[in-house]
Amino acid sequence: MKKLLIGNEAVAWGLYHGGLSVISSYPGTPSTEITEFLSKHDDIHTEWAPNEKVACETAFGASLAGVRSACAMKHVGLNVAADPLFTLSYTGVTGGMVICVADDPAMHSSQNEQDSRHYAIASKVPMLEPADSAEAYAFARSAFALSEEYDTPVLLRMCTRIAHSQCLVEMGEREDAPRKAYVKQPSKYIMMPAYAKAKHPLVEERTEKLKALAENCAYNRVEDRGSDIGIITSGCSYLYVKEVLGDRVSILKIGMPNPLPEKMIRDFAAKVKKLYVIEELDPVIENHVKSLGIDCVGKALFSPVGEFSQHSIREAFRKEGVDVGEIPEAQGTAPQVPGRPPMMCAGCPHRGMFYTLAKNHITVLGDIGCYTLGAVAPLNALDSTLCMGASVSGIHGFNLATGGETEGKTVAVIGDSTFMHSGMTGLVNIAYNASNSTVIILDNSITGMTGHQQNPTTGYNIKGDPAAKVDLEALCKALGIQRVRVVDPYNLKECEQAVKEELAVAEPSVIISRRPCVLLKYVKPKAPLKVDAEKCRACKRCMGLGCPAISMKEGKARIDRTLCVGCGVCEQLCPFGAIGEE
Amino acid sequence: MKTTNVMIVGVGGQGSLLASKLLGNLLTEEGYDVKVSEVHGMSQRGGSVVTYVRYGDKVYSPIVTEGECDYIISFEKLEAARYAGCLRKGGKIIVNTQQIDPMPVITGAAVYPENVLETLKEQGFDIDDFDALSPAMEAGSAKAVNIVLMGHFAAHSGISEEKWLAALERTVPAKFLEMNRKAFSLGFHG
Repeated sequence: MKKLLIGNEAVAWGLYHGGLSVISSYPGTPSTEITEFLSKHDDIHTEWAPNEKVACETAFGASLAGVRSACAMKHVGLNVAADPLFTLSYTGVTGGMVICVADDPAMHSSQNEQDSRHYAIASKVPMLEPADSAEAYAFARSAFALSEEYDTPVLLRMCTRIAHSQCLVEMGEREDAPRKAYVKQPSKYIMMPAYAKAKHPLVEERTEKLKALAENCAYNRVEDRGSDIGIITSGCSYLYVKEVLGDRVSILKIGMPNPLPEKMIRDFAAKVKKLYVIEELDPVIENHVKSLGIDCVGKALFSPVGEFSQHSIREAFRKEGVDVGEIPEAQGTAPQVPGRPPMMCAGCPHRGMFYTLAKNHITVLGDIGCYTLGAVAPLNALDSTLCMGASVSGIHGFNLATGGETEGKTVAVIGDSTFMHSGMTGLVNIAYNASNSTVIILDNSITGMTGHQQNPTTGYNIKGDPAAKVDLEALCKALGIQRVRVVDPYNLKECEQAVKEELAVAEPSVIISRRPCVLLKYVKPKAPLKVDAEKCRACKRCMGLGCPAISMKEGKARIDRTLCVGCGVCEQLCPFGAIGEE
Repeated sequence: MKTTNVMIVGVGGQGSLLASKLLGNLLTEEGYDVKVSEVHGMSQRGGSVVTYVRYGDKVYSPIVTEGECDYIISFEKLEAARYAGCLRKGGKIIVNTQQIDPMPVITGAAVYPENVLETLKEQGFDIDDFDALSPAMEAGSAKAVNIVLMGHFAAHSGISEEKWLAALERTVPAKFLEMNRKAFSLGFHG
């Protein structure tokens, strides 16, 4: 029977039915649900790793031992896992191995728009790219056999629209993929120069074989409509092209963007008068087509920035004078309305600490997580956000450069999960190189932004079963930081005192700002607070918190009781004692 | 059959995912080709969110763009206005009259437009506005606004109430079924 699945659930079923035994991942939008869906199966091993490098290497170890394995990550996660990826290309696999990577064109929930296909090309690893959930299922499932036959890990590229769109999928049964016996193979798996030198030519040979496969495989296909117009496209761009031009044009649909076919493209191009290449982000296919000496129109017409849509494709072809069928007629134009950016939730434990930092005009090197929202008005508390862990490493460089001038007024902030991911090494550097830097770990006891995943500091594993729990205080001390203290971010006085004291001392320090995320099921909200309109003098000090529950109505502060969780931070700010329990 | 396009818009955390799941379950059972595009990640933190549902004989794109939408179901007034440009000529906007101030309004950097729905009506938009929060509270929870709205949309959908209720049963957890049934019914007949 057909089921309606988001692309990520389809990938999960494809991997599962393809005989997956082990998957290790780090959460990252839009890839997270792949591993979450798989964690519902008890006959395979699923886990959250501290970062994507560890996840990828865990999958490598499982493949080495002879089972089919996978890891899943967002596009920037592949930067972290790039180290194992490039040499995995040399070692190849024993059990089939799939690396799922989800790009985020238009940056719905990311810090850049990088195109993962470059990694496939650079590491010389085959990449598959589905255009909908049905293909996501089929491609994920068949990727294991491809991996084993060509002795290579396989990259499966998703993007936000495919990962988070539901469509109908016809599913099969789980394939039995028994573990292969482990055999010691030094020349295959020990990548020291003598063995690696022998491996590189084999990688090049493999690419030639994969190119031959690309000419004749289920992943790439031609829809020949005898048209003068030919379009080479892939992923969700294919869907938009079909939506606008339907069966009126000939299409070469690429499902394997690396390595790309040559003959197939030449033959296709020879049959049409005008050739377009439509792909989101970088001109990967376009450059390949042009390298074959074939003229085509790509990025000159279709932007390398952001996502496409049927609207953008329709408009582009309309300008080209191509018949785009019926043009939708809008009822009217949308009025200009105020934006609604994402923000920290009412009662978010990060707010009290950010308020303290903003109030004291502290320079804050930020990191990746919900707390990146500390950057928006009215808190405007952040000075930088680069990548996972960069706050902790960055503050050291920042303080070095200013010769001590900024030490007393700069902090790094990083979440518990991000600290586990790649903050620890930066903290070691602070201790080791005697940096007078202060790091604040915003410990909300969960990986928040990606939708509440457990991590090594929470005491639970992916299935919610009890697990070893990292003791952050002991860990920071073991890494060489003598001054480690814990504060409750709901207590503004405590926050301010800790920040002032730790910034005043001439040695590295860590403040753990600890309070579980208010959205966690076990966190029970307190009674909502209320503003006494008689006492409120409209000084708007509470408005400085940027709490979505507080607004000014009829000249007085008002608290929305459906949003307020009674955290009490605003109550501590009110100089007139106007805020209290109902 | 021509593809029908629905947009479910609102504020992150209002429950648009469940609403689109309900619609997706119903339409699959009805034998349509269906695509639903969800929002995960950062925008769920109180930001503006939009979910697309498209159904017909064959659906390609998972999203809905300018001038294509048959029904916009909005959980909040301002959000109805934000996405109004997607409505096709003759399309309909179903909107909860709740007002949720976005942060720029809270901080005073922007003003929540007055009479936003009336302005749209004057421009010729077909607007079915009603208070979905009160029936949701009557059903048992402010969180049931999503199901009240879907109940209201159901009355326009051309699919029977029984089939909607069966889909609701397949979509929501058993312990919340009664509350959601009531919310749906209040929306359908409201």
